[in-house]
Amino acid sequence: MDSRVWDNRAWLFVVPVMAFVLFSSLIPMMTVVNYSFQDSMGQNSFFWNGPGWFQNLLDPTTAVGARFQGALLRNFAFSFTVLAIEIPLGIAVALCIPKSGWRVGAVLVAIALPLLIPYNVVGTIWQLFSRTDIGLLGVALGRSGVPFNVTQNAGSAWAVIVLMDVWHWTSMVALLCYAGLKAIPDAYYQAARIDGANRWSVFRNIELPKLRKVLVIAMLLRFMGSFMIYTEPFTVTGGGPGEDTSFLSIDLVKMALGQVDLGNAAAYSLVYNLITLTVCWMFFTYTTHADSKDVA
Amino acid sequence: MSASAISAPLATSGTREARAARGPKGRTIGMALYMLFLFVPVYWLVNASFKTNADILSGLSLWPQHPTLENYSKIFADPDWHSAFTNSILMVVINTVISVSVALPAAYAFSRYRFVGDKPLFFWLLSNLMAPPAVYALPFFNLYSATGLFDSIWAVALAHCLFNVPLAVWILEGFISGVPREIDETAEIDGYSFPRFFVKIFLPLIANGIGVAAFFCFMFSWVEQLLATTLTTVNAKPIAGMMSRAYSAAGLDWGLLAAAGTLTMIPGAIVIWFVRNHIAKGFALGRV
Amino acid sequence: MAQITLDGIGHAYGGDPKTEADYALKPIHHVWEAGKAYALLGPSGCGKTTLLNIISGLVIPSHGRLLFGDRDVTRLPTERRNIAQVFQFPVIYDTMTVAENLAFPLVNRGVARPRIDARVGEIAAMLDLTADLKRRARGLTADAKQKISLGRGLVRSDVSAVLFDEPLTVIDPALKWELRSKLKAVHRALDLLMIYVTHDQVEALTFADKVVVMNDGRAVQIGTPAELFERPEHTFVGYFIGSPGMNLLRGEVAGAEARVDGHVLPLGAAYPALPQGMAVTLGIRPDYATLTAGDGLPVTVTRVDDLGRKRLAHASLGGGQSVVATVPHGMGVETGPARLRLDPGKIHVYVDERRVAGRDLVGRAA
Repeated sequence: MDSRVWDNRAWLFVVPVMAFVLFSSLIPMMTVVNYSFQDSMGQNSFFWNGPGWFQNLLDPTTAVGARFQGALLRNFAFSFTVLAIEIPLGIAVALCIPKSGWRVGAVLVAIALPLLIPYNVVGTIWQLFSRTDIGLLGVALGRSGVPFNVTQNAGSAWAVIVLMDVWHWTSMVALLCYAGLKAIPDAYYQAARIDGANRWSVFRNIELPKLRKVLVIAMLLRFMGSFMIYTEPFTVTGGGPGEDTSFLSIDLVKMALGQVDLGNAAAYSLVYNLITLTVCWMFFTYTTHADSKDVA
Repeated sequence: MSASAISAPLATSGTREARAARGPKGRTIGMALYMLFLFVPVYWLVNASFKTNADILSGLSLWPQHPTLENYSKIFADPDWHSAFTNSILMVVINTVISVSVALPAAYAFSRYRFVGDKPLFFWLLSNLMAPPAVYALPFFNLYSATGLFDSIWAVALAHCLFNVPLAVWILEGFISGVPREIDETAEIDGYSFPRFFVKIFLPLIANGIGVAAFFCFMFSWVEQLLATTLTTVNAKPIAGMMSRAYSAAGLDWGLLAAAGTLTMIPGAIVIWFVRNHIAKGFALGRV
Repeated sequence: MAQITLDGIGHAYGGDPKTEADYALKPIHHVWEAGKAYALLGPSGCGKTTLLNIISGLVIPSHGRLLFGDRDVTRLPTERRNIAQVFQFPVIYDTMTVAENLAFPLVNRGVARPRIDARVGEIAAMLDLTADLKRRARGLTADAKQKISLGRGLVRSDVSAVLFDEPLTVIDPALKWELRSKLKAVHRALDLLMIYVTHDQVEALTFADKVVVMNDGRAVQIGTPAELFERPEHTFVGYFIGSPGMNLLRGEVAGAEARVDGHVLPLGAAYPALPQGMAVTLGIRPDYATLTAGDGLPVTVTRVDDLGRKRLAHASLGGGQSVVATVPHGMGVETGPARLRLDPGKIHVYVDERRVAGRDLVGRAA
């Protein structure tokens, strides 16, 4: 099974990566941990605060706790919504990609374009598009009588941000699924024809099961992406109206860089990071566990 | 979010699938609709970039009434914009080169050897992929200020290593594991020294993987803006920083913003064009 | 159940062939009889899979008509043809159990549940899958998966034919034999027309009632295993079938004698129709060329291979050509001069790769 050779000299190969990760992850993380257990009187004088910041953060009756809980719930709702749209839509788009000919390349290039637009420009595109005075979408909705206003109305703001994320990331799901579909041997489709399966049955019994692996990757990537989202909604709504589109990252940046509330922000960071890791880990173990159960 | 709001989009995509199922014609229609969805907002940006601000604000028009290159000429004439574009590109290129070259030996080690702590190390590396950049904004600010790297392109290039190094290790490990280790052994028997083997034989074999890893590093570094704007102020200001200047006190300069936005789409489009034949395989990340 | 007729079926990918070489499958007439087991045998790229796919409807032929019984099905889509096909690699539906996999072709055709269960049970019993019926198919071994594929091919009792496209390629050699005899038994039990594509002559000769040998897009001979062995109609059949293949020697024929490398060989038949001294190819199987202690052609043995059950000698005829010959039991043999006996009745004469029938020395055509 595992043909790898036991050789501790391999550590030498890993040293450069370790150096970079040490510098760009571990040391910064230690400062965060450090802040999270201390309080400051200003002027760089710190003292031990124990788990105080964490107690504060996890207690919804405190101001910080309420803020955190609100952002957390909003963010979960957002992640769940975009996953529920992007995954099925991505599969559908992948099925629509032409099978051969020059159009394949053209379609793939066109589809991939949103993935390489800087996040702030994505935000700008949708801000411009949804403005009620100069945006095509905003004006069209306004004229058709839909009460639509991104800066005033929470529903409108949510709709635009979800739509923007779908616009931005469905292509990634589609490209992953397309790669998965390409890997299915022709014999499966031929066998299905001979077995008299209809199109739905081919999708349900061949394509979907074979896409399982890529879908796990797609769902993980999209969960992570949507759970860390910052620049795009911030450009469009600034977290508003009120706090209505203030997701975890937006809230955290406001707290850490805007209000320089170091202790709270540090505790916020650690808990936020931990939640992300836990959800990814649970999802990953659940899917691999389901796999191994099949094989047994 | 109510349950009905969530299930509604599911239902629409279901019918879309059913339509796609009807054969080539349904597929073409489905794809055309998706393309429309992708390109109408982009068109709106490009459209605005060719309008004057007065034209933009005077009312809705589907194409420029008084087409102008004024917004673009403003950008091309301004050295601040030049340096912003140069900074953005340099950050990304430096980051991509660092990420891939550092990840290569590590990916080789993870793919070929077992060693003390290999598994925890690999998962710890991957866990950095899952870390929200917002968590690092403040500590990076402190760290790079303390080391004197703040407001340099190196600050951003190094900061993006946070997620790009693990990403490159992950992608490359997948591709390297696809190369049979007999090749390593044969080269050893043929008397190749390890460095010569690695450069002369191994790197060409995983050239595709390197391309894919570089593409993804480029992509994630090029699009990330939170760290890029937090870690720079004046000297190393990237495009995003310049663009936020267009949201200035004097009101929004929409034309300028749209032109700058349009220009930032070009490098991405060029990169995709180069990798167009590998997109399908590349997105499988060598693992599927 | 009905016979299948190939009425001038030919195929050129991209249509409109200009020359013979443009055909992936050169036009062929053949009738596959109901209830028989056929093998399509040939090297890879010989057009056998194309022919199979034409029958199943995955490929629409550019030329000719395909008849199931009297019905023209040339342009009928696969799913309406009543054909079952088993592919080279196991095709299973990952999310279904073994039983659901086997039932799938029947469920899709709206067969009643009790009939499905009965038929699935029957097929599973034949293939030793009964114990696994409730298990998820994706966890099984490659050969179990291929048995499921075979089972799905066999489960419909109304099919015109069951087609096999090299179905044992991925199977462990030790299990190949077992699966092949299982297939043979299934064929006897179900009385279906079966067409089996392979490049392995042992598989073809042990499975089939009749073997179609194909080469370069052409069916070069159709016959029983014995016919292919005893009377290869084409030099290709001669050397492709048998291990080692037939000896092929350049020579000349004059009446009932042949000249090869200066030796005169008596033949079992006379060939008055061939011009005197015409260059031909002579074919004789190693089984009928024996080293002898008595009279025979003077040859030089260059190598002896001991295959355990028999020994084979490579003997040079002196003029640059050599023959593989059988060494009789108990005969001591070393490299160097020896005597070779060729059974005159087993020597075939080929002109332009095709066998020429001679006139029997008694007077009948052979």
